[in-house]
Amino acid sequence: MSLPVRFDGDLADLPTHGFGPRSLTWWGIVGFMVVEGMFFALLFAAYFFILDKEQTWPPQPYAPPGLLAGTVFTMLIVLTEIPNAVIKRAAERFDLRTVRKGLVVMSLLPLPLFVLRGFEFASLNVLWTDNAYGSIQWALLLTHTIHLITDWGDTAVLTALMFTEHGKEANRFVDTSENSAYWRFVWGSWLIVYLLIYWVPRWLT
Amino acid sequence: MSEIARDGETLKGAELEERLARTWSRAPGLWGWITTVDHKEIGRRYIWTAMTFMVLGGILAAVMRAQLARPESGLISADRYNQIFTMHGTTMMFLFAVPVMEAIAIYIIPLMVGTRNIAFPRLNAFSYWTYLFGALLLWVGFILNIGPDAGWFMYTPLSGPQFSPGKRTDIWAQMITFTEVAGIAVAVELTATILKFRAPGMSLGKMPLFVWAILITSIMIILSLPSVALASAMLLSDRLIGTQFFNAFEHGDALLWQHLFWFFAHPEVYIIFLPATGFVSQIVETFTGRRVFAYPAMVLALVATGFLSFGVWVHHMFATGLPRLGYDFYTASSMAVAIPAAIQIFCWIATIWLGRPRFTVPFLYVIAFIVTFVIGGLSGVMVASVPMDLELHDTYFVVAHFHYVLIGGAVFPLLGAITYWFPKFSGRMLSEGLGKAAFWLVVVGFNVTFFPMHLTGMLGMPRRVYTYPADMGWNGLNLLSSLGAVVIWLGGLIFIANVFLALRRPRGAAANPWGGSSLEWATDSPPPPYNFAHQPIATGHTPLWDVTDVLPVMTGLRVDDREQLITTAIEAVPDIRYPSPEPTPWPLLSAIALAALFIGSIFTPWAVVIGAVPLAVGFIAWFWPKSPPSKEPVIE
Repeated sequence: MSLPVRFDGDLADLPTHGFGPRSLTWWGIVGFMVVEGMFFALLFAAYFFILDKEQTWPPQPYAPPGLLAGTVFTMLIVLTEIPNAVIKRAAERFDLRTVRKGLVVMSLLPLPLFVLRGFEFASLNVLWTDNAYGSIQWALLLTHTIHLITDWGDTAVLTALMFTEHGKEANRFVDTSENSAYWRFVWGSWLIVYLLIYWVPRWLT
Repeated sequence: MSEIARDGETLKGAELEERLARTWSRAPGLWGWITTVDHKEIGRRYIWTAMTFMVLGGILAAVMRAQLARPESGLISADRYNQIFTMHGTTMMFLFAVPVMEAIAIYIIPLMVGTRNIAFPRLNAFSYWTYLFGALLLWVGFILNIGPDAGWFMYTPLSGPQFSPGKRTDIWAQMITFTEVAGIAVAVELTATILKFRAPGMSLGKMPLFVWAILITSIMIILSLPSVALASAMLLSDRLIGTQFFNAFEHGDALLWQHLFWFFAHPEVYIIFLPATGFVSQIVETFTGRRVFAYPAMVLALVATGFLSFGVWVHHMFATGLPRLGYDFYTASSMAVAIPAAIQIFCWIATIWLGRPRFTVPFLYVIAFIVTFVIGGLSGVMVASVPMDLELHDTYFVVAHFHYVLIGGAVFPLLGAITYWFPKFSGRMLSEGLGKAAFWLVVVGFNVTFFPMHLTGMLGMPRRVYTYPADMGWNGLNLLSSLGAVVIWLGGLIFIANVFLALRRPRGAAANPWGGSSLEWATDSPPPPYNFAHQPIATGHTPLWDVTDVLPVMTGLRVDDREQLITTAIEAVPDIRYPSPEPTPWPLLSAIALAALFIGSIFTPWAVVIGAVPLAVGFIAWFWPKSPPSKEPVIE
């Protein structure tokens, strides 16, 4: 230091971790949620911009997407909140056994979701090349799928990590808690996407 | 806990500095250079790269002025000219202006808030490499004659698959993706750094105005950059896989592009301008010797500008035809931005009035900024009015307006800021004599170049024409603009020479050569790898002026491990000791994988699928902890 200093307090007794807004991880996660949330919000805006130019939605002679796969997907992804909430709470009380078991469940649960997602693409009843309606429907579904894949990858890596010695570090429990928070964003954003893809075309036919 | 080395009464002075240097230094040589996560090294790298692109963009500008110096000039072809003006705008906006503002913040913000590194330093390294690869993609394309040629705002349908076949537009669109990834990453890092790493005592209400400016700017980046990323992804998919977003024949809409583009690009102007206001506030404070007048009004003006900037984008689209209410709303909101801008101008003038100004080079740039920016602001209020805008749209008047705003409003403060912080960047002072020579040439040359363009525009000369007939009455004004460009270049060369001559001299700058008030001046010039030997405390708005020769600090951070202090977001109360990541090559390797994915996707959509594999490997290796678990609190 170029200036002479005066000691005015000591930091040695501070903790090395904290959950929620106290942690840096939370701020990073929230930052990227806002970025991705904006991305979705602008996609929604583009959806309505294109919708506004049409006489009917979907445009004639297209049929609205089939409901089955998307609806089952929605029910299942909302149900994943149960293990997700269990993991988050377990992480915040440093319950490593529950965290490990829960993360294994959360690494496996997206697999049927991916299968259902495949059926969803097949039931859109329009191709991305057909018209702007088809393009925006595919864009919504694809964007959410990328979202799903990345968070699944993230969860799988975290699961592996929590089975190593590093899993005992306090900051890894913070990571686990924030990973659960991010999953809420993944399924929360899906609810709006679901309405736009499947129900708005039914309400406006 | 007793075996853990910490700074304090028993460990201070030279021994502490030597041990901290060991902990925080990077490996020597090339390996250290590519693995470093030090915000100062990455920041310097960013500044050098962005300034290099400013020079390249400036060369393109000079070529355009050479072509336009006389009518019916055959110096460059229409096609080449299209590439050149597109490259000039794209380079200046995406590769120079936004990155350089973030770059200075990357270097200065951690020092100014009194911490040892930026938040997420590996992401910071990753963002630099991503930016560099995107920039190289664009410029290598240009050199290979596949530079984009549909203008920096790349309007559809001109940029669509029908009217722009080939890869030129795809290169532009993918360069956007690179720079947006980089820009957003830095914005998140800076937001987290500002909210969580501030020195104890530096509550939000005591943050230096530059920190406020960067906080607001970062939030604006987070909210606006996704828009252009989405737009360019849609454009790419229209061009490569046959989506119909912008194709009117399949019920798409070309105006959707304009909305998405300007929803980003108007805030972008303020993303460039607000950091510049931060430079100005710091320089005014230091060189008048007093706190900036009406601090709360200054902060509120920054916040208000940030809000309003998201409600004005449609003023770029007046000529597309809008509902009457749309015209009224966007005219009103565009004019409203003048209010917070004026509040800031008046506060700076009041500060200068009440203080004792020292007319050094950084301060001269502030004066030039105030004058030039006010002129640019006034012509902005003119074109915010729809009838005038419809007359002047796409003429040289608009070119004059936005160069007054962007060069006057951002480049002048930037040159002042580089001069001001040069000792902190390099340990050396720039020459005042050369600095003043460069200043006068740049400022006079700027006005000689751009003031006549108001008139050329009012006489009807459109933008983006590669030449013009001799009998339009534009010849003299164009020649004058071109001569002015020569003068700007002379000034620019002197500025560059000043930098290189200074770098040849030995380091000798004092820690606080200008007598500044903020914490970056509390440490050496340039700072050691750990920035501060002890955690500084901010006692007020102007921490170094508030103390008398002794800086209050806190002790107890670890010495043998990279540790930083997290404080609470609003009051900056010490809360957590946090480990800062070690150097690693994985951000670079991940950025290479990302570059392969992005560039490959220009040629085949399968590159996204195949390229995701090495990218995932890179990210996993990056995040996987490499050192054994910490000695400190481990569960069980």
